[in-house]
Amino acid sequence: MSDLPWLSLLIGVPLVGAVVVAALPRAELAKLAALLISVVTLGLGVAVALQHELRGGMQLTETHDWISAFGVHYALGVDGLSLLMVLLTVVLVPIVLAYSWTHDEDAQAGSGGSPRAFFAWALALEALSLAVFLATDVFLFYVVFEATLIPAYFLIGGFGKAGRGAAAVKFLMFQLGGGLVLLGSVIGLYVVSAQAGEPSYLHSDLAALDMSTSAERWILAGFLIAFVVKAPLFPLHTWLADTTEKATPGTSVLLVCVLDKIGTYGMLRFCLELFPEASQWATPLVVTLALISIVYGALLAIGQDDLLRLVGLTSLSHFGFITLGIFAFSSQGQSGAILYMVNHGLGTAALFLTAGHVIARRGTSSISRMGGMEKLAPVLAGFFLLAGLATLSLPGLSPFVSELLVIIAAFDYHWWVGAIAVTGIVLAAIYVLSMYQRVMTGPGPLAADDAADDAAGEHLEDPAHREPAGHGAAGGGATGTATATRTEAAVTTPAAARDLRPHEVAVLTPLVVGLVLFGFFPMPLFDVANPYVEDLMARVDVDDDAPAVPPGTTVEHEAAGEGAH
Amino acid sequence: MDFVKPTIEYAELAPLLIVLGGACLGVAVEAFLPRSPRRTVQLVLTSVVLLAAFATTIWVATDLAEVAGGAARGLLTAEGTIVVDGPTVFLWGLVLLLSLGGVALFAERRVEGGVSAFAGQAAALPGTEAEREASTRGWEHTEVYPLLLFAVGGMMLFPASNDLLTMFVALEVLSLPLYLLTGLARRRRLLSQEAALKYFLLGAFSSGFFLYGAALVYGFAGSMQFTAIAEAVRNDTGNQALLLVGMGLLAVGLLFKVGAAPFQGWTPDVYQGAPTAVTAFMSAATKVAAFGALLRLFYVAFGSDRWSWQPMMWAVAILTMVVGAVVAVSQTDVKRMLAYSSVAHTGFILTGVLGVQGAGELADGQITSLQAVLFYLAAYGVATLGAFAVVTLVRDSNGEATHFDRWAGLGKRSPWLAGAFGLYLLSMAGIPLTAGFVGKWAVFTVAMSAGAWPVVLTAIASSIVAIFFYVRYIRIMFFTEPHAGTPAGEVASVTTPSLLTSATIAAGVLATVVIGVVPGPVLDLAARAGDFIR
Repeated sequence: MSDLPWLSLLIGVPLVGAVVVAALPRAELAKLAALLISVVTLGLGVAVALQHELRGGMQLTETHDWISAFGVHYALGVDGLSLLMVLLTVVLVPIVLAYSWTHDEDAQAGSGGSPRAFFAWALALEALSLAVFLATDVFLFYVVFEATLIPAYFLIGGFGKAGRGAAAVKFLMFQLGGGLVLLGSVIGLYVVSAQAGEPSYLHSDLAALDMSTSAERWILAGFLIAFVVKAPLFPLHTWLADTTEKATPGTSVLLVCVLDKIGTYGMLRFCLELFPEASQWATPLVVTLALISIVYGALLAIGQDDLLRLVGLTSLSHFGFITLGIFAFSSQGQSGAILYMVNHGLGTAALFLTAGHVIARRGTSSISRMGGMEKLAPVLAGFFLLAGLATLSLPGLSPFVSELLVIIAAFDYHWWVGAIAVTGIVLAAIYVLSMYQRVMTGPGPLAADDAADDAAGEHLEDPAHREPAGHGAAGGGATGTATATRTEAAVTTPAAARDLRPHEVAVLTPLVVGLVLFGFFPMPLFDVANPYVEDLMARVDVDDDAPAVPPGTTVEHEAAGEGAH
Repeated sequence: MDFVKPTIEYAELAPLLIVLGGACLGVAVEAFLPRSPRRTVQLVLTSVVLLAAFATTIWVATDLAEVAGGAARGLLTAEGTIVVDGPTVFLWGLVLLLSLGGVALFAERRVEGGVSAFAGQAAALPGTEAEREASTRGWEHTEVYPLLLFAVGGMMLFPASNDLLTMFVALEVLSLPLYLLTGLARRRRLLSQEAALKYFLLGAFSSGFFLYGAALVYGFAGSMQFTAIAEAVRNDTGNQALLLVGMGLLAVGLLFKVGAAPFQGWTPDVYQGAPTAVTAFMSAATKVAAFGALLRLFYVAFGSDRWSWQPMMWAVAILTMVVGAVVAVSQTDVKRMLAYSSVAHTGFILTGVLGVQGAGELADGQITSLQAVLFYLAAYGVATLGAFAVVTLVRDSNGEATHFDRWAGLGKRSPWLAGAFGLYLLSMAGIPLTAGFVGKWAVFTVAMSAGAWPVVLTAIASSIVAIFFYVRYIRIMFFTEPHAGTPAGEVASVTTPSLLTSATIAAGVLATVVIGVVPGPVLDLAARAGDFIR
């Protein structure tokens, strides 16, 4: 069984599937085929997980020469970290596809993009993302890292609201810019590797390399810049909100919950594993950026009026937490960060998708024009609340566990780092609860006349912004778009009043189940993540006993941390 | 004085002789055949000649003897004036393949409604009765085929020449037909003629520089032969000033041909004015040939004095990349955009050129600068030929629609062609899984290994700028609707071409993807070419 190239299969099935889906003649058939392929991929992912040996290091490895002149291999392998990322990807993609099944007429009305193209690009993105998480050759990683941008570009540019073309270009410019900086570092690695003997890009060969301090730091700088753009962290995050605002919620899930994980994954896999000393050298800077991202992202989110923008910016805050955990250099921090990556994927996906449902029913993504959904769509409101609570890390939901670990690690690193990070929790409560309040509670959308005046005022100011809302509502079946948002009577139109339909509930259920299950019982995740973290800690040569902390205290800390899960 | 009969190695020089012979035959066809069958005959003759030359190139390549302990393969021919070695045959093959694509574009008649893209009668003044007559009778210039063959002959001789005089002759043989071809556009003739004149004047000027440099270097070394020059440089005899000035002047001549800043001024005008088929052929094949010559001159003749010329190359490469990338951003015409992008690419290739290192400094199996440059030339040549081929097909009521706005929404109207153009742009931008990426990686790597990190950093920065204008084009094609209310004639649409152009574009797409995903064979081929024979 193990001689089957499982990992190549895992990448190949969605990749071939994408081509097949693109070639299928009928849209309905293509959608069905895409969903089937993503489910088959999920099955393959589960099969890989079942074969996974805890504490087995890199497994199911495949290594073939690819470009021998460059010392490049087609090398794949899976360990605890990549396994979690792979599972997250293969779980989220079918959910996104199933969600988009019913939403394409809403989200793509007037955009001209065919649903077939959306499903094909999504599958291509899945295949390439899986390849990113499985690559154990730096060059291969770089190639697929950049290649993921092409499907992402077409997903953003082809589907979503007006102005998506500009958002797609902005997204691509940031990502490719970061990618080219990374290219400089990848080239630097080749040079260093060639100086040490025969050039090779295999992760294992590079990890064994003895680099000079300056070379290590320069190369690390390139990797870090690329991953800071990707993750994203302040100050290279500006593409994030624009992208999530313009793209469809399904695309945003793929981008934020899967693709952006490459950034934090890369920090662990490459920055820490290949350049341990330089990473420690860079810690103060990265931790500062992470803290700024946590607070700044949350503050920005509080001030947003666009629902999707808001959700996008919460992720900036969360990626700050993940990065903080990674660079705190303690086992709690690392495990917490890895868990955070999974939990953030589930929680944010749930939030994006429920927000998508809300927007489809309201015909606008502007929070100030919403309100009163609770009474009309209680089930939707419930899901929305749950996803929101997951985002603010309510105890009992899985993000709580990871956030707690990260904050413990932050206090361990330095008390003021922890103190700043904790404010992120408070701010998260503000943005989530005020969002819920404004969207779901209250008397209904813009009951009073002054609200109508507001809307009219905005008409004048920002006609471009007004237009996309019209598209969505028209697709959703609401009659008059302008009147729908202006008068309370419109709330009673069928489209606005419709609660979640059963199949929509079915799509969201796996996410919610995951959030609750891992909230109460995170042990499976720890079992997979912890061996990796132990290896990593051994490699970066850091003990949990930080010099500033007396040994006894640390043990207690650890005990406290273990007790918490 | 005894006259010794020169020995010519006809077998090794066969590809070159076939092309030049075919060109002469083409002239004879022009003289003796009636007008109506000429095009068919010329087309068949040219294609057969190019294919035959390509076949003999392969045969020559498999037959080259190893010299210098296996580091190089080949021999000096024609009394030491022409070298047939690994890099030469690689470049020959590349030039011949690109010319085949060029011939296919030259012969395209369907997109212009049954006539070629060349003027009916070049001698007729624009806007006169004579021009109208030529146009109504459907005349066309079939001289373009022999002209192309002569240019190809020059391009093959250029990187193979082993002394300065032969190199100068090759430079002229390749340039003169191109000047003529540039002025032969059927539409927008004044623009085309202006471009030809500009190209000719500046080209003649740069040839003068080259010749002056050759004279000075002769003064330094006492010989035109590269081997002898290298010997003199190594022994450091003679007047250093002569050498340095001569080297600089020779560089001006060659850098003009490759279109490097500050000698890039002709590129946008000529690329825009020339018939697009000529632009496609010229931009791809000339660059290959001229870089071949540049490599040979600087690696072989001045190789042991590389500390003198590397700083100059650093400056030129940095300037070229920055100028090309930054100016391309503000272009609104697709041909000018591609022209400035070709300037930027010249800078990238120069990055590879200046990354030369001594054999002892390289690790086992490390990529050499020659290998990197040869690969880049292949990747770039294919992409640029294909991109210009696409431009010939996007037309409105006034012929080719090269303005930016006209391309809006092309991806919806003709997804396949827009996809092909998008792929070429992505390859030029250096996105992984295309040939351009591997090429970029290779040239940046050799420069980095040679310690030219400022150049590499500039190259990366200009790549980021370059991506912006490539991606903007993709956005225009796929995500922008044409302005509402634009008359139907104002929006570009794709004319269905004959098999010739379609095949060229398809072959280019295939090559770009295949070399991008599996670059091994081409890299190995470039590696097997070995070093230059000194």
